[in-house]
Amino acid sequence: MAGVIQAGGQTKSNTYTGFGPLLLLPSWLIIGFFLLLPVGMMLIYSFLTKEFRGGVIWEFSLAAYDQFLFDRGLFGDDPPKIEWTYIGIFWRSIWQAGLATVLCLLIGFPTAWFIATRSGVNKSIWLFLVTIPYWVNLLIRTISMKFLIRDTGPINEWLMAGGVISEPIHMINTAFAVQLGLFYSYLPFMVLPIYASVERYNFALSEAAADLYASRWTTLRHVILPSVKPGIVAGCILVFVPSLGAFLAPDLLGGAKNFMIGSLIEEQFKGNAGNWPFGAAASMILLSLVLIALMFYARSQRQQGHF
Amino acid sequence: MSQTPTDIAVDVQNVTKRYGTTAALANLTLQIRDNEFFTLLGPSGCGKTTLLRSIAGFENISEGTISLFGESLAGLPPNKRPINTVFQHYALFPHMSVTDNVLFGLLRQRVPDADARKRVGEVLDMVQLSALAERMPSQLSGGQQQRVALARALAPRPRVLLLDEPLSALDLKLRQEVRIELQQIQYNTGITFIFVTHDQEEAITMSDRIAVISEGELQQVGAPRDIYESPSNRFVADFIGETNLIDVTVNSVNGDTAMCTLADGTAIQCKSAGDATTGAGHLSVRPERLTLTASDTGDLSGTVKRLTYLGTDMRITIELNDGTTLTARMQNTDDTTLPDRGDRVGLQIEPGAARLLTD
Repeated sequence: MAGVIQAGGQTKSNTYTGFGPLLLLPSWLIIGFFLLLPVGMMLIYSFLTKEFRGGVIWEFSLAAYDQFLFDRGLFGDDPPKIEWTYIGIFWRSIWQAGLATVLCLLIGFPTAWFIATRSGVNKSIWLFLVTIPYWVNLLIRTISMKFLIRDTGPINEWLMAGGVISEPIHMINTAFAVQLGLFYSYLPFMVLPIYASVERYNFALSEAAADLYASRWTTLRHVILPSVKPGIVAGCILVFVPSLGAFLAPDLLGGAKNFMIGSLIEEQFKGNAGNWPFGAAASMILLSLVLIALMFYARSQRQQGHF
Repeated sequence: MSQTPTDIAVDVQNVTKRYGTTAALANLTLQIRDNEFFTLLGPSGCGKTTLLRSIAGFENISEGTISLFGESLAGLPPNKRPINTVFQHYALFPHMSVTDNVLFGLLRQRVPDADARKRVGEVLDMVQLSALAERMPSQLSGGQQQRVALARALAPRPRVLLLDEPLSALDLKLRQEVRIELQQIQYNTGITFIFVTHDQEEAITMSDRIAVISEGELQQVGAPRDIYESPSNRFVADFIGETNLIDVTVNSVNGDTAMCTLADGTAIQCKSAGDATTGAGHLSVRPERLTLTASDTGDLSGTVKRLTYLGTDMRITIELNDGTTLTARMQNTDDTTLPDRGDRVGLQIEPGAARLLTD
């Protein structure tokens, strides 16, 4: 018996596979038209010459990338130095998005665990509560937050009225405000995928771990986290990537000093002051960074044999 | 290691477990000896798994005490109890190889790495899985997974091993093989096994002693033979093996024998279990101890209703004159003469085979 090897696979009948590849046709059309085509356009635009009233001139140019990376002085004829402004904006964005992801994970994981371990109806109620903020437009929610945290907003007024502080705490137009906005906007994107993973988690595994002398902490680290990892990874990607490109929170809560990539790109396409090729180039650099990060992640997973 | 178990491994004293107002275990007391293969047997929902989980530490008992080799387990979380469990659905860690699964408990006990790996090799040998040590659980068959679960629970050398219906997911042939192996492993390692099952055949063939549980209450504890041949009440007689229950009137009880009258007036002497009283009662007679005789002879008479071919023997269903149906078994040999359906027959109860039971 010990020599017989059986795979744990499932058999699949041909009867229920429908029209096969045809089922994906609508998806392919939508992705092709609304994703690949615009991204392709941006890629091309990033290599064109800018037109001063917005728009492009169809002439090949590396000026946009050059402007991103190098400072050539006011007239463009100085020896090139590294341009730190945009790299700084990118760095700040990555840092903010990373922090938002970590905070969302710290708050989101216990929340998701709590919801997934409730019984029947309670579970649905809690899930419903998590999605309620989405009934209000993100713009409105971000503006509300601006009102809440400004110097004359309710938080400061209550704290002063209660005698906790004598001067308002300056929160608006700080990196803290941006972080608060990002964290708040994307928290449900962390909760929901982790919830889905925990929901499928076999709690007998925790019992087995405890039975084999594992403490609660060891069980979390060696058994629970590896089991719900797909949900954690999905949640992190769903928080990190949109946070990186967010422009509402930095714009409304962060002001000019807390510029992030999203705002930088948005500005290039707004009104007559913009620079389309530069905005396109910044988008391409952002996209490349994200893809490279995901590729490294996927490779590390494959080496561990998880795929 | 001593093969005459004397010490008490697990001492369950007056244990009650309530969920809300329903009691899953009702004032249950039993002692499990060191080095024995002990089975908790009962229908599903009878509380046997609750008792097992209480010993493991996954359930908090409402009243009573559970001690392990004389020391109370109260307040000890599962990870502090020198007890391991083979779970019903194995609960193997899906992201770890067979080796890492078996290694898990040893590493938590801080067994040095080299020793731990050596021990993993030994237990995998014991369950004949050495060839599959690097596989992931998803690449194993149900039987192989069951062996990994057993190896994982044996590796830390627990004082007591709990097995929660570990064979229920296997097919019949494999189940029979694994029964023998489990018995062998228990004998070789000398670890006390507490085995939970609802399968009476499994319990009878594997155990040193069996506790029959119904509705949270202990019905009988004893060796398989005691339980089969001297069931203490109607539930045990009915649950273990096949039996016929015949309504009788008890005329007198004298120690462990009683005089009864069958429905048609025939008087019969039988063994009685403990607290029998005069009045209405039930006789339990195993089907293999009823013999068919010519019509109007023997202790009972009735009509043949059904003949069922079972391979080694023949099961004959007979309806008595008062409507009770009884089952008799006849050996399937060349010179067996079988009755036909509808024949009038007599039934002879083998002397000493009838047992008077309380409800």
